[in-house]
Formats: sequence, C-alpha cells, structure tokens
Amino acid sequence: MPTTPTLSELENASEFVARHIGVSAADEALMLQAVGAASRAALIDEIVPRAIARKAPMAIPSAITEAAALAELQAIAAKNKVFKSYIGQGYYDTFTPGVILRNVLENPAWYTAYTPYQAEISQGRMEALINFQTMITDLTGMPMANASMLDEATAAAEAMTLAMRAGKSKSTTFLIDDDVLPQTLAVIRTRAEPLGITVKVCPADEALAQDSFAVLLQYPGCSGVVRDDRELIADYKDKGGVVIMAADLLALTLLTPPGELGADIAIGTTQRFGMPMGNGGPHAAYMACRDEFKRSMPGRLVGVSVDVHGNPAYRLALQTREQHIRREKATSNICTAQVLPAVIASMYAVYHGPVGLKRIAQRVAALTAVLAAGLESLGYTVANTTAFDTLTVETGDATASIAANAIKTGANLRLASEASLGISLDETTTRADVEALWSFFADAVSGWPNTARRGQDGGRGRALTFNQVEGLADPLLPTGLLRTSGFLAHPVFNSHHSETGMLRYIRRLSDFDLALDRTMIPLGSCTMKLNATSEMIPITWPEFAAIHPMSPADQRQGYAELDEQLRAWLCQATGYAGISLQPNAGSQGEYAGMLAIRAFHASRGQSNRNICLIPSSAHGTNPASATMVGMKVVVTACDAQGNIDMADLQAKCEQYSANLAAMMITYPSTHGVFETDVKELCALVHSHGGRVYVDGANMNALVGLAAPGEFGGDVSHLNLHKTFCIPHGGGGPGVGPVCVVADLVPFLPGSGVGAVSAAPLGNAAVLPISWMYCRMMGAAGLKAASEVAILSANYISVRLKEHFPTLYTSVPVDGKPGRVAHECILDVRQLKGPLVAPTASVLRT
Amino acid sequence: MTIKFTPDHEWVQIDGNNATVGITVHAQDALGDVVFVDLPEVGKTFAAKDAAAVVESVKAAADIYAPANGVVTEVNEALRADPSLANSEPLSTGWFFKMTLDNPSDLDGLMDETSYTAFAADAH
Repeated sequence: MPTTPTLSELENASEFVARHIGVSAADEALMLQAVGAASRAALIDEIVPRAIARKAPMAIPSAITEAAALAELQAIAAKNKVFKSYIGQGYYDTFTPGVILRNVLENPAWYTAYTPYQAEISQGRMEALINFQTMITDLTGMPMANASMLDEATAAAEAMTLAMRAGKSKSTTFLIDDDVLPQTLAVIRTRAEPLGITVKVCPADEALAQDSFAVLLQYPGCSGVVRDDRELIADYKDKGGVVIMAADLLALTLLTPPGELGADIAIGTTQRFGMPMGNGGPHAAYMACRDEFKRSMPGRLVGVSVDVHGNPAYRLALQTREQHIRREKATSNICTAQVLPAVIASMYAVYHGPVGLKRIAQRVAALTAVLAAGLESLGYTVANTTAFDTLTVETGDATASIAANAIKTGANLRLASEASLGISLDETTTRADVEALWSFFADAVSGWPNTARRGQDGGRGRALTFNQVEGLADPLLPTGLLRTSGFLAHPVFNSHHSETGMLRYIRRLSDFDLALDRTMIPLGSCTMKLNATSEMIPITWPEFAAIHPMSPADQRQGYAELDEQLRAWLCQATGYAGISLQPNAGSQGEYAGMLAIRAFHASRGQSNRNICLIPSSAHGTNPASATMVGMKVVVTACDAQGNIDMADLQAKCEQYSANLAAMMITYPSTHGVFETDVKELCALVHSHGGRVYVDGANMNALVGLAAPGEFGGDVSHLNLHKTFCIPHGGGGPGVGPVCVVADLVPFLPGSGVGAVSAAPLGNAAVLPISWMYCRMMGAAGLKAASEVAILSANYISVRLKEHFPTLYTSVPVDGKPGRVAHECILDVRQLKGPLVAPTASVLRT
Repeated sequence: MTIKFTPDHEWVQIDGNNATVGITVHAQDALGDVVFVDLPEVGKTFAAKDAAAVVESVKAAADIYAPANGVVTEVNEALRADPSLANSEPLSTGWFFKMTLDNPSDLDGLMDETSYTAFAADAH
C-alpha cells in the first residue's frame, strides 16, 4: 500500500541540500563501492583521525527552503535604512548601468570564473583587466598599473611598503597628509607598526621639513580641497623621498593627473565607477607606479604575450614577485584581489567612454559649485575655496541641528568636526537634491550663521531655488590644475556605446572564458565553485547595496544582525570563540590572525617571540603573512609523503623555544591528506609557548567533521569564497574572516589590533551569500557537503589510479587504498616525458 | 686562479682576494629562461650567505648569495641589459658580480669541479 508523505516531508525544507551537492543516492552507492567503503559515515570514520573528530554536531539552524531563506533575509535587510548619502570619504552613490548590472554583476559567466591562472580559459576577463589597467594608467598618468587591490586603505598601506622597498631613503618615517581619508590612516597605522615604520601626520606643506622615506597626499583632500602640490612633489623627490598620491578617479577626468604632477605611485578606489557602496565593499582599488617600481609592485598584473601560433594573447605577468614563488620575500601576501569589481569599473569606462566620464565629472563639479554658492548666500562659509565634489561647511553650533534636518528627510551628511559638516556630491545628485541640501541649512534652529553675514538674497528660513543660484556660482576647480592631456583614447573605450554593442562586447568576452555556467573547473582545489543563484540574489537588493559604511549605526541594523548570525554559525563550524568578518580576502584574514598572535605575546611582555615555524609544504602566503607582521620564518621539513616531519619539528621547537611565536599549518595538508598527529603537533608547539595558526583554506574537508578550534588551533582564517559559496569572481571579491580562541578575542581587528580593511565590515555586501548558503543547508547539510567532497575526491583518486596515480595519500590499511581528503594531486608526469622535473605546484587564491 | 662551487649552485672564480660569482649550468637549466637579474650596488658589504643578487626566470626567482664576507667591486652591466646571458654563457660572460673578500680562505670548504658535478647529478 503506497504511503502518503507527511506534510513536513512535502514541505521539503532541505530541498537545497540535494541541489547543492548534486550527487544522487544511487551515484553515492556506486562511488562507495568503488572506494571500498560500506557507507559514507564509515569512509569518513576511516579518514578523519579519531582524535580530532567532532563530538557534537554544529549548532546551526536546520535547513529551510530557498524561498523561505530569501524571505527571512529580506526581513533582516529591511532593518537597513536606505538614505541619500552625502558622506563621501571614499564611498559615493553611482549608477550601475543596467547592461553591466545584469550581464556582469548578476551573470555567472563572470562571477563564477576562477583566478586566471590558466590563460587559455581566461582570455575574456584578462581583456577586461587589461582595460582596467589601461583605464588606470590613462587616468592617473602613470606608466604601469596592476589588476586591482582590495580597497583604497590597503592599497595605500601596500604603497607605503613598496616605497620602502624601492625607494633609496634610509629613513623609517612615513608622512601622511592631514587631509587623508581617516580609514586609510587607520589601516596604515596597523600595517606600519610591526614593520618598525613611524607614521607621522602633518599638513602637506610641512612634508619637506621632515625626515621621511615617503609621503602620502590625498587628491582631492578629504575636506574637498584641491591642492596643487607640484612644487612640493618636485622638492620632496629631490630630497630622495617617494611621493604617493591617493587620487579620486572621477576627479582625474578633469584634474592634472598624479603622473604629470610628478608622483611616483598613485592609488585609490574605483568604487564610484559603477559599484554600489555595499556598506563598504567589495570595490576594486587601484595601484599605479613608475616603470622602475614594477618588480616591487604587489598584486596581479595582466600582460600581453603571444601564443604558440604567434597571435596576441593575454597572460598574468611578472608572477615571480608573488608569494607562491617568492614566499617570505614576496612583495605582498595579496592573492585574491577584486577582479569582479575591477571588471565592472572597466566596463563602466567602456560604457561611458572618455566623453561620457568627463560629462559626469563636470556635472558633479558644476552642482558642487552651485551648492557652494547657495550655502554662501545663506550666510555659511565653505572652508575649502577649491573643490571637485566635496565641501566642508562651517556650521558652528548649528551643526547638530543641520545634520538632524538632513536625517529627517532621509539624507546623511558627514560630521567633519564638531563645528563643520562635509557634503560630497556624486553621479546621482540632482538639482532637486541640491535644493534639499540648502533647506537643511536654511532651516537650522540656531543663531548660526549670524545675521550680519547673511547674504542679501538668502537667509535662514528662506528656500533657495536652483535657478536663482545657478548664475552666481563660480567654478571651484583650480584653473592651474585643469587637465590638458587626453585619456582613454584606445578604441575599446570609444566603440561599444550602443546598447547592443555593449551587450555583445560583454558577451563576447565571457564566451572566451570557462566558468561554472559551462563546466567544472578542476584548478584551485581549495576553492569551492558551487554558487547558487538564490545565494546571489540578495546582494543587489538596495537594502544591502545602497548603504554607506559610515552611515549612522541605526541605519545598518540589518547588517549588524547578518554579521552577528553569520559569526555565530562560523564559530560553530570552526570551534573558535570569536570571529571578525572585516578581512576582505584570505590574505588579510591571515595577516589579521598573525597580528593577533603578535599582540598576544606583546601583551604578556614577550615581544621577543618572533619565530614562526612553517612547513616546507605550505602555500607561499603563509611565510609572506608572517613576514608582514615582522616575524622571522623558520622552515620545518616534510617527509616524502608530504607530511610534517615531527622529529624536525621537535628539534626546531626546542631550538627556538624561548622565541617561538607561532607555527602555521594547513589542515588537511596542501597535499590533500589528513595528517594523523595534528593534535600532538599543536600540543608540542603550545608546550614551547607558541600559538598554532591553522590555515583554513581546506575547511571544505572539515566543516561538520572536525573543528580546528577544538583540536588545538589558536587562530584560523576562513575563505568564504572557498568554503561558504561566495563565487570567485574571476579572482575576487573574497572574504577572509579571522577566527580565534577565547584568549585571543581581545586581539581581533578593530579592537586590540587596528583596522585591517577600510570598511568596518570589509566586503560586507557579499556576506548575504554565505548567510544564504548556511541557512539553506543547515548543520546536517553543511556536514554532508564535506563528506561528499571527501567521497568524491577518493572516488576520483581510485578510478584514475591505474593511469594517473595520486601522489600523496594516507598509509593504506586493511587492503584498502590510501585515502585522500577533499582533493587529490594526480601524477601526470608521464604526459610530459621523464625529463620534466616533478612539481607539486600548489596554487590557490 | 681557481674555480669553486657552492651547494647553492653558484660558481666562484678566485684570484687572490678577488672573487667573481655566477650561477652554474645546472642552476640555469633548473631555472629556465632567465628574464631579470637584480644586482647589488658596487661598494656594498656582504657577509657570507647574505643574499646579494636576485635571479628571476619565467617560472622561479632565486637569491644569489655572497660566498664569503667582502665588498662588491663590480657588477655585470651586460647581464643586467641581457639577462639571457645567464642561460647562454653562465660560466663566462653571464657572471653576476665581483667581490673583494676579507679572507679568501673562507672559500676553502667549497666544492671543486669534480665534487660539484657529483653533487649536481644527485640534485633533482
């Protein structure tokens, strides 16, 4: 007799789990048979060392359906308030052209692609990145630009270390213009301290008098002022210093670019070229420099080469600077950057072309000038007499009341000081917006400004109209700095200006690439390439996308709730006590984790602990990160099977016992094996006073099965773009949460150690992806995903072993094959003949 | 004048207090096409085992170490201009830098050609 399914069975709350995993029960039975295991549980029991296996399941809510998860997240999103933003400070509202929004940002052909290591399947996005690099070199007037940085603040910090490496000065002081963006200053302070760099903030015109190796100038300044620093730059360089300019890309369409002013390095954000503010990220930052500095420049660089047939072809260039080759001597630990936002910014430039970009900039500048004229006729003083898009208005004791007027009407101004307000305009500002801004000031309930200074036609309580004021406005861009050189002359920026032309260009490039929408991508074992559409849908909701990261906290309650829930779930998955979601890539999480260890030792008066043990099998990012926090790397040996040599480790621990700061391990190993003595390893390092860093790159094999925070890890970083479904975007954005045990919680970013990213919540706008994934999978689904990953890797290993044996496995027991974790490295040397040296290249981002 | 070899696959030609340093045939073969060299400043002092120069190929980057304590007296500008000399003429015109050594006997422990050939044959 057929049984009737129950209602809860019909509701099928865990529908998504099967859709995500994809392996059917019938497939699974065949796979288990092939690997010689009675059940999935039995296989896992055999592979995950008993000493570290989780005792209790993760306390993560049970799965709900796609529709239910979207509804639940919508309710959280609704707690964010979308206000008109005049805050500026590096984040501006922008129109993402519809053709780019739908065909790039919301298109899996672009967002699911992997990092372009395999040039032959990445020509499309590498062309987009060449466009990005061309856009940056043209607009900044510099000869060389990389393919994006994580945010303006980290780009500035990387520029500082580049100047230190490449410059000639022996000074260890870094000067910063006192009109720099505050978040940039905060990140630079964090980065400078472990490297022994003294950071000094001073007015730009005092820079010459200071002994320093480099200076950072903001152009235009945070206050809005547009200074001509040409002479200062020339004199400063004569003294042997390096000049870095943080420049606004839209302003550069109208202003003499940094390269022509004499700067050595230019950095900045490209956010306002079509990427939503997203509560602070993801956005692509840029870095450009003089040709002499190219080998010291961090990050990825796309170049044009020729293929075997002699045709032009794109490829990554100058990779020997990067950490997978140079390890602790790398220029930086950055791997994942912001490829998808960089592609969007480059497409924005292709869409508008030089004429369109200039028109936008001129409109912003004109509205700013009219705004200033109106404020002055109301009797207010604008502190900066030069401006592009930002005014600092002296508001005295009316400050709070004006800001409150703005809030009441759904607008945010920037509190520049207790007695002044900042207003930044952008592409979206209209005449009506300018009139509304005047009304906030006109209606201020205070004696400010005093009547004597009130203009004839203006005055408090009287509404100004745009047409009245327009004729009174004088241009605020200094004439001596107006740009005379052309930019974006390349045909790509001047060809695709019809709607269909643009659509076809985007489609043509994506057709050159392989991404998840067409096939699996077997490279980058630790990077998950399963990104469900439902996970992506929330990221462009205005409640997540149109939020300024420095808006009042009560407007970001939805983000706060998202942050709290996601952190709680990730704590469950890792066994750690505290997590910060601020790091906007794995490299940043790793850096933040090492900073926490360093700060912990320092807090106990043990700053001498500066030795970091790293096994020879580690990915290059590990030594690069340890070096960035001022630690000295000591390499420990691995045996022929790729496992950590415990005898050598013991010897090194004893040798460096007094100065041991940390050991960095990857688990399961970069060779894809669960090493059996990881618990003993952690205990050994602890017994010598060191802390254990467990690189979370391979968490795909651990979620639900074993927790680093339980088996001896003190710190880990996760890659939400590896384990928690954020798509790789062709090389970013990522999110690299840093997770710590209880006694290290005080040393998470933003509390014990400083900020590591520009925005408090890093790449906030992509966090809904991981939230959706966890919510639709539930604890059981997340665990099943890890189990099936392990089963699948072992199945592949077994099925291919006759032809391509797996290089590293566990020791075979009971006649069963040697086991791997969630990945297997196949020996394909016979394909190239016996003369090719064995390489077990471990690339990841 | 004698030639000695280091375990890092560098050769050192010794002439009194003066030493010329380059990379071996085996080293250039393992590196592949050399595309860039970073040479030290003339007049700079190094201790033995300090990284004095960098060699980059299409697939790797490696440090070139000072074989003993001393000061750099000359660098190979021709190699800087054409790094492929390190592949084509590693033992002659592809030299990297010259040093005046504090104490030439510091090099006594290095390998001669026969022992190096055996050593390199063992190295993969």
